[in-house]
Amino acid sequence: MKKVLEGSHAVSEAVRLARVQVMSAYPITPQTHIVEALSEYCSNGAMNARFLCVESEHSAMAAVIGAASGGVRTFTATSSQGLALMHELLHWASAARLPIVMAEVNRALAPGWNIWMDQTDSLAQRDTGWIQLYCEDGQEVFDTTLQAFRLAEKVSLPVMVVLDAFFLSHTFEPVDVPDQDIVDGFLPPFLPRFELNTDNPFAIGQMAAPTIYMEMRHSIQKAMERVPGELDQVEQEFAATFNRRYGPMEAIHCDDAEVIMVVTGTAASTCRKVISDLRAINEQVGMLKLRMFRPFPTDLIRQVLGSAHKIAVIDRNFSFGVSGIFAQEVRAALCNYKGHPSVFGYIAGLGGRDVTPETLEEIYWKTKSTDKPDAESIWIGLNPYSSFQSRSNS
Amino acid sequence: MHEIRFHGRGGQGTVVASVILAKAFFSAGHYVQTFPVFGLERRGAPVEAYLRLDKKKILVRSNVYTPDHVVVQDIKLLDNLDVTQGLKLGGSILINSRDVPDNLDTFSGFQLHFVDAVKIASDNDLGTRTNPIVNTAMIGAFARVMDMPPMETIHTAILEEIPVKANNNFQAAQQAYEEVHTFGLVD
Repeated sequence: MKKVLEGSHAVSEAVRLARVQVMSAYPITPQTHIVEALSEYCSNGAMNARFLCVESEHSAMAAVIGAASGGVRTFTATSSQGLALMHELLHWASAARLPIVMAEVNRALAPGWNIWMDQTDSLAQRDTGWIQLYCEDGQEVFDTTLQAFRLAEKVSLPVMVVLDAFFLSHTFEPVDVPDQDIVDGFLPPFLPRFELNTDNPFAIGQMAAPTIYMEMRHSIQKAMERVPGELDQVEQEFAATFNRRYGPMEAIHCDDAEVIMVVTGTAASTCRKVISDLRAINEQVGMLKLRMFRPFPTDLIRQVLGSAHKIAVIDRNFSFGVSGIFAQEVRAALCNYKGHPSVFGYIAGLGGRDVTPETLEEIYWKTKSTDKPDAESIWIGLNPYSSFQSRSNS
Repeated sequence: MHEIRFHGRGGQGTVVASVILAKAFFSAGHYVQTFPVFGLERRGAPVEAYLRLDKKKILVRSNVYTPDHVVVQDIKLLDNLDVTQGLKLGGSILINSRDVPDNLDTFSGFQLHFVDAVKIASDNDLGTRTNPIVNTAMIGAFARVMDMPPMETIHTAILEEIPVKANNNFQAAQQAYEEVHTFGLVD
C-alpha cells in the first residue's frame, strides 16, 4: 500500500519486512529515526528480532559481525563519525564474507560540527570491501534495502545502502510498502553458507599466512566481479514482483548528448527536472545517475560516457589533495578509452549546502562554454567574502 | 506545483503540521513531499518546514525558496524574521494572530489571512496558557485558505499522527476552518 513515509522509515519498514533477526546500532543524527522505529518494532512484537544496545558504533558493527557469523540476517545503521568509528570492522565484515546490510545516512565529518548532507563519510570507506548503493528517493531507499539482503546473501559480501541526510532521511513522500507475504516471496529466509555452532565448534578469522592471504583477497574481488550480474538477477526477480528496477546506473538522454552530467543521490532527482528543462530549449544534455559505486560499473560507464564530448561530475564530497571522489573514479574508468571525453569535476553541496536546479544549470552552462577543464575541481558557490577564503589565500 | 513554507518554533509541532497536511493531501490524490529545515534547533528556536504538492511525481529535492504560501505559527517570529522572503507576489500568508497584524506594509502584495489559534487551542484544551499547541488549528485554517484538502482527510491524518487528544486536535482544526479571517490582498 502506498503511504506517506519518512525516508528513514522506508529503511525501517524494509528491514522489518526482511525479517532481520539481529540488529545493533548506536544512535547518531540523522540516522536515529531508522533504529528508533526498529527498536520499537522489537519491543512491540512487530518484529521477532533482537535489538542489541551497545556503547559505540564500533561495538554495533562487532555485534552484527558476531550475529552474522552465527548465521542470522543482520542489520545496522549509522552516519558520519559513527561510520568512521566502524572503519576497522568494516574491513572485517567484508573479509569474513558476512552479508550484513547497513543503512548509511550521508552526513558531514567534523570539525566543524555539521549534521548535514555530505558524501565524504561513505566514500572514505570505498576500499573496505562493501558494496555501496546510493539512493535517490524514498521508494528507492525501500526497494534497495530489500534488494540489499538478497544481493549480500548471494555474494557473501556486506552492502551499504546510502541515503542523503535530511533531503532523503527526513523527507516524507509516498512510498509503496508491500504486504509481508509478497516480500517473503521475493526474499526467502537467509541460508548461511557457514555458521558458528556450539554443537560443531570451529574457529573463523584465524591467522592467514602469506601463502594464503593474497588468494583470500583475490576471492573477495572475484565476488565483487559477480555483483553486477547478481544485482541484475535480483532486480529481475524484484521487478517481476514489484514492477520496479533501477540498475547499477541509469542513463537519460545520453545517446546524443554533448554534455553528460554525472549525479548521485537526491541531486539525481533534481537533475531529472533540469535535464528535461534544458532539453526543452534544445540543449544536447544528458545525465547519468550512478547508483552502484562499489563495485564501480567501469564497463557501463565507458559505454555510456565514451561518446559524449564533455562529462560534468557533481561531487558532494572531496578527497583533499586530489578532487571529488566520483570524478576520480570516472576519470580512471575513461583514461584507457581512446578519444575519451573531457571530465569536468564540480564540487557542490558540501556539509548540507543545497544543490538546487540553478546549481545544476550553472554547472551545465559552465561545462558547455568551456573547452577543457581549467582545474581538477571547480568549486560551486563559494562565498568569496568568507573569512576562510581570505585566510587560505594569504 | 504548490510550495508551502511553515514557520514555527521548536516544540510547536511545526513539522508535525506539515506531515499531517502532506498525508491529508496525499489521500486527496496529490503527490506530496515534506521535510523540515533541520538544524540544531531547540525548544523555542525558530524552525521551518517545507511542503510541496503536485499532480505528478515531485523531482526537485532542494529547499523551497519561492513559496506560494506561507504559514506562521507564532506572530512574534515576525520581530526577527522576514517571513515573506521569496513569497511569490499574490501568494498567501496565514498568521496565528488574534487581530489584523500591525505593520501591514510587511504583507504588501500578498493575500493575508489570520486565525486566533491560541484561543482555539485553549478552547480545545490543547497545551497550556503559556505553551498552547496551535499546530492543528493552523492546519484547519490552512485547509480553508487553500480550499483543500477535504477536512475528512485531515481528520484521518490527525488520528494517525497524533496519538493523544486526537479528537480535541481535530475539533481545533474544524473550529479554525470556520473562524479563519481573510483580510485579502494587502496594498
